[in-house]
Amino acid sequence: MRTKVMEISVGGFMLAGILALILLALNVSGLTVSDSAGSYRVTARFENIGGLAPRAKVTLSGVQIGQVRSIHIDERMLMAVVEMDINASADYLSRDSSAQILTAGLLGEQYIGIIPGADDEMLKDGDMIENTQSALVLENLVSKFLFNKVSE
Amino acid sequence: MLDQIQALGRYGLTRLGAIGRSGQLLMHALVARPQPVKMFPLLIKQIYFVGVLSLIIILVSGLFIGMVLGLQGYTILVDYGSEQAVGQMVALSLVRELAPVVAALLFAGRAGSALTAEIGLMKATEQLSSLEMIGVDPYRQIIAPRFWAGFICLPILAAIFAIVGVWGGSLISVDWLGIYEGSFWANMQHSVDFYDDILNGLIKAVAFGFVVTWVAVFQGYDCVPTSEGISQATTRTVVYASLWVLGLDFILTALMFGDL
Amino acid sequence: MDMFEDVIINIRKLSFSRGDRAIFRDLDIRIPRGKVTAIMGPSGTGKTTLLKLIGGQLLPDSGRIELDGANIPTLSRKDLFEVRARLGMLFQSGALFTDMSVFENVAFPLRVHTDLPEEMIRDIVLMKLQAVGLRGARALMPSELSGGMARRVALARAIALDPHLVMYDEPFTGQDPIAMGVLVNLIRRLNQALGHTSIIVSHDIKETLGIADYVYLVSDGSVIAHGTPDDLAQVESEQVRQFMQGLPDGPVPFHYPADDYRAELMKGS
Repeated sequence: MRTKVMEISVGGFMLAGILALILLALNVSGLTVSDSAGSYRVTARFENIGGLAPRAKVTLSGVQIGQVRSIHIDERMLMAVVEMDINASADYLSRDSSAQILTAGLLGEQYIGIIPGADDEMLKDGDMIENTQSALVLENLVSKFLFNKVSE
Repeated sequence: MLDQIQALGRYGLTRLGAIGRSGQLLMHALVARPQPVKMFPLLIKQIYFVGVLSLIIILVSGLFIGMVLGLQGYTILVDYGSEQAVGQMVALSLVRELAPVVAALLFAGRAGSALTAEIGLMKATEQLSSLEMIGVDPYRQIIAPRFWAGFICLPILAAIFAIVGVWGGSLISVDWLGIYEGSFWANMQHSVDFYDDILNGLIKAVAFGFVVTWVAVFQGYDCVPTSEGISQATTRTVVYASLWVLGLDFILTALMFGDL
Repeated sequence: MDMFEDVIINIRKLSFSRGDRAIFRDLDIRIPRGKVTAIMGPSGTGKTTLLKLIGGQLLPDSGRIELDGANIPTLSRKDLFEVRARLGMLFQSGALFTDMSVFENVAFPLRVHTDLPEEMIRDIVLMKLQAVGLRGARALMPSELSGGMARRVALARAIALDPHLVMYDEPFTGQDPIAMGVLVNLIRRLNQALGHTSIIVSHDIKETLGIADYVYLVSDGSVIAHGTPDDLAQVESEQVRQFMQGLPDGPVPFHYPADDYRAELMKGS
């Protein structure tokens, strides 16, 4: 009898451990089981990506529709190239959509916002978004503001 | 002067001997003729004593530490208007550091000292000798199941600690301080990476489980079998295991997150 | 002596020391098969150490300990554990496993060394417990037993596997007269009934001499006398007489070696 209670509680303990790990994975780290299976990839070239990092959100009207996969430099044009995975369900983005790098709050993380265009053709896997707007860099803004003041 | 050098030398030799014996113990416990079928019931029993009975203290401390983190994080971050980031702060500090380290320290105090005292008493009451004379290897019967139990239990306890802590943090910041629930979880999920943060935290817990049980089991097995010897060994278990955990934590953190 | 035609243990030129202190110097002991042999001597002469040497828990500095022709100190760990399965040892404290009931304690050697079915194990355990008169106590935990009962349970455990050789480490120490009488009878009876060899290490002269077939008297690391109990009563040596008759002072000094008493007192602090 005593061993039975012991065995059951040990079983429950192990289950609790596995459950905790699953909760950590899904709720805390937001790990999605379907990695890149249900998504297509597009790239965009930015002059300056600011503090954008891989795994940052890609949003449409503030709703997340994908995430940044990788960032590298285009060595010919010397610009940053951002690869993003867009959910396959978001197949309504026209080819002339534009991408901009936005900041959540004053010190919050940076993410990409997509603004849809009017073209009839939609973005496909491997396409590039031509129309981009770089991140706002605080120092640039401040200095611009100062110099404008001086020149007045 | 010569006496002091001699004493130092003798001290060094005793230390070295202890290190050798602990290595020997580890070897025997891990390598020497493992018998999974016979060990299984023993292992279940030890997991019960080492893990299940430590659950309460882990749950309670996890909850409170999570709540304190939520509260502290909020009061600091609200000055910068970034109180939404409290979720990520709570989760990251728990998953990377506090869950494995605090769980290991509690584990050393709760389970490690009990292991040392139990094995020490077995030695003092000749139960270990008696096992040997019956023809049973005490390493296999006593040491190995306890060792594996500690090794298995600490990662589980650390995971439970982390999840309870995150829940405690959300309780404070969302339900009490009124941070928007969506941004709390979204910020957390955005910044916590499963492989970089959660798995690394678990690897830490595994390493700590290894070290803490090793120290506890060795101190028990190697103690002077008197009541004084056992009490000293128990104290040594808590002190050495805690120091090992903290030192190892620095090294592991530097390796995992320090871009070395 | 015909008793020594069949020797189960042959200890030759055994030397053992702890730190700088020599416990045994060239010790020679032969244990006849099927008899009760007592090893006696003042406390601190390493009698328990001798049993540990026979059991292979300690390694001698030199010399041979042959058990049925196998030299214990040179056995591999694996062989040693196989030999030990044929030995029974009763520890001074009983050394019952405190986390198991009386029944499980006695069943333990059977479970680890045999693959007997559960009913057989149950029958054997009950037989052994019956032999020590504690069949009714099988459900108790060791903490619920008196010292004498614990020692009897330990005895049942020691004979669970029907060993060739049973070693008793100070079986009578700290027992009340009734428990002592019970144990003396038990050891004698079990020896006759099961036909194993018994080695008793003790300094309880009367009880031990009552059941021993042969006695070794050990002091200062070597055998000072040996023979049947009757032989020993005839020995003239002062050392032997002091021990056998329990005189407080003699060749075995009452005082631990110290500086001169008067000189030390006069020295002051």
